[in-house]
Amino acid sequence: METLISTFISKYNYWGYIILMMIGLYAMMVKNNLVKKIIGMNIFQTAIILFYISIGAKKGASIPIITHAFNAAPVSIHPAGYINPLPHVLMLTAIVVAVATLGVALAVIVIIYQRYETLELDEILKIRKETG
Amino acid sequence: MAQQLPILLVVAPLMAAFLVPIVGWWNKRLCYPLAVAALAAPLVCTLGILKQVMAGGGFSYHLGGWSPPWGIEYALDYLNSFVLVIISIVSFIVTIYSKESVRSELPDKITPFYTLLLLMVTGLLGMTVSGDAFNVFVFLEISSLSCYGLIAIGSDGAPFATFRYIIMGTIGASFYLLGVGYLYLVTGTLNMADLARLLPQLYASRVVLTAGIFLLVGIGIKMALFPLHAWLPGAYTYAPSTVSAMVAPLYTKVAAYLLIRIMFTVFQPAFFIEVIPATTLLSWLAAIAMLVGSIYAIAQSDLKRMLSYSVVAQIGYIALGIGLANRLGLSGALLHILNEAFTKGCVFLVAGAIVFKLKSCRLENFNNLYRKMPFTMSAFTIGTFSMIGIPPTSGFFSKLYLLLGSVAAGNWIFVAVLLVSTLLNVVYFFRVIQLASFEKPMPDYARITPYETVAMDEVPLSMQIPIQLMAAGILLSGIFSSRILSAVIVHIIPKSFTP
Repeated sequence: METLISTFISKYNYWGYIILMMIGLYAMMVKNNLVKKIIGMNIFQTAIILFYISIGAKKGASIPIITHAFNAAPVSIHPAGYINPLPHVLMLTAIVVAVATLGVALAVIVIIYQRYETLELDEILKIRKETG
Repeated sequence: MAQQLPILLVVAPLMAAFLVPIVGWWNKRLCYPLAVAALAAPLVCTLGILKQVMAGGGFSYHLGGWSPPWGIEYALDYLNSFVLVIISIVSFIVTIYSKESVRSELPDKITPFYTLLLLMVTGLLGMTVSGDAFNVFVFLEISSLSCYGLIAIGSDGAPFATFRYIIMGTIGASFYLLGVGYLYLVTGTLNMADLARLLPQLYASRVVLTAGIFLLVGIGIKMALFPLHAWLPGAYTYAPSTVSAMVAPLYTKVAAYLLIRIMFTVFQPAFFIEVIPATTLLSWLAAIAMLVGSIYAIAQSDLKRMLSYSVVAQIGYIALGIGLANRLGLSGALLHILNEAFTKGCVFLVAGAIVFKLKSCRLENFNNLYRKMPFTMSAFTIGTFSMIGIPPTSGFFSKLYLLLGSVAAGNWIFVAVLLVSTLLNVVYFFRVIQLASFEKPMPDYARITPYETVAMDEVPLSMQIPIQLMAAGILLSGIFSSRILSAVIVHIIPKSFTP
């Protein structure tokens, strides 16, 4: 039991990522309102960003900038003292992708609203069935 | 210059995509020649790359001079240079075709259309050329996002179909990203060659297992593999004709390429065959896809929707070849990627030509179409023959290898499914041919008056030539299939595969 609790507490960021991802997936699948689906999609993508950020983070480490002058005597660097910047850099790209996806999705929703005058999934399906 | 080809083929359409809005703001008519020129560049580059690969094996290009695994690497080998040539040929032909079709369907959206089209081709080429797992994700999203935009400008139900596609596509891309993240977690690298080197020691790890499953499901959604295909028929039906003709032959096939890349290069084939029996699952899903896709296609009364369901069925053929994981089966899958690119391109271009003339694709308006548009419809006939698999079209050879692969695997159920699905193909394509050949679906015996003459009403030459080029592509890739097989495809098959 103790080990279970310590797993929960020591890896709380990963649990957070899984919970966020499930909330996002749930909203995408179950919600009836298209805007809520998109909010779910965004939560889903944010969860993955949290996951990547967690990979790079280390306890007690500093930002990966080496402060020693050009041509100065070489200093030894311990990787444990610095966080891993690569996943964070990757997430800059993923954030841009998420923003772009959100933008496209909202633009599509605007056209859907102009066409059907509703954003409820069941009502749109009903209208589409009636018009063939 | 020859060393710079891999980057040029991505940069040329990308830069042109940014030039198109500027040029289009000045004069709309210049967008089309610019797009054609921008896609001629990748065609030259990919042919050069294929020649180089065939002369001396694979080579790699290091972006910005940063050597892998730190920098991004464009790794060229037989597999991706083969797919690159297919992408560049089909996208070039479809872009030539786009002129009249776009002018009639989207007269006020010419500039944004070409911008998005070029961005999408950039994404597809980049996905194929890149040897970096995260870079592939970025290109995947470039092509998906522009694809959403292109489909959403279509008619009727397009925005709603796009919305479903966005939700599904985002889940697929995110799963791929998660899979890459898990691989990075245990190996600390994103470079595919480096991953292939480091992963075999870690096959017992549960993280690698999770990563493999996330990657498979993510790519499965992008590939529209049954039962993850729900987004495809709506999106391809309502998209503008040129977009359907561009997306249907290429998009799912590039995803299939990615699946082959992940399953047989990044991971050793043994991982997906023995550690998790993904290949078995894949081939069973593929068998269901072939039947379900074809049965749905029979039920449709709209040509484009029928062809969209046919895409689902044909993806089943490719997935079956990958899932069989033997030499003949994978050869069949790779030949089928080539065959599908030309065949689906051809029939979707014909569907676009029919929409151009009849303003709809409903099958009930098809009477006398063979007499109205004899050249277009003869190309369609070649396309349907290839779908069904009649020699000498390329469809026959890819199906033959898939059949031989199933026999070699000793699985007679797949043999039966392949044959049944071929018969189903006959049912839905010959129905179109029958409807288009005659004035009425059934002969009218009571008729006394002679049939009225039908004037020929063909599409303009800028649409006709691409259609005929696609039809020629079907025949040529069929006739020279054994040479393609011995020159390129043999080198793609992993060495551990049994015949």
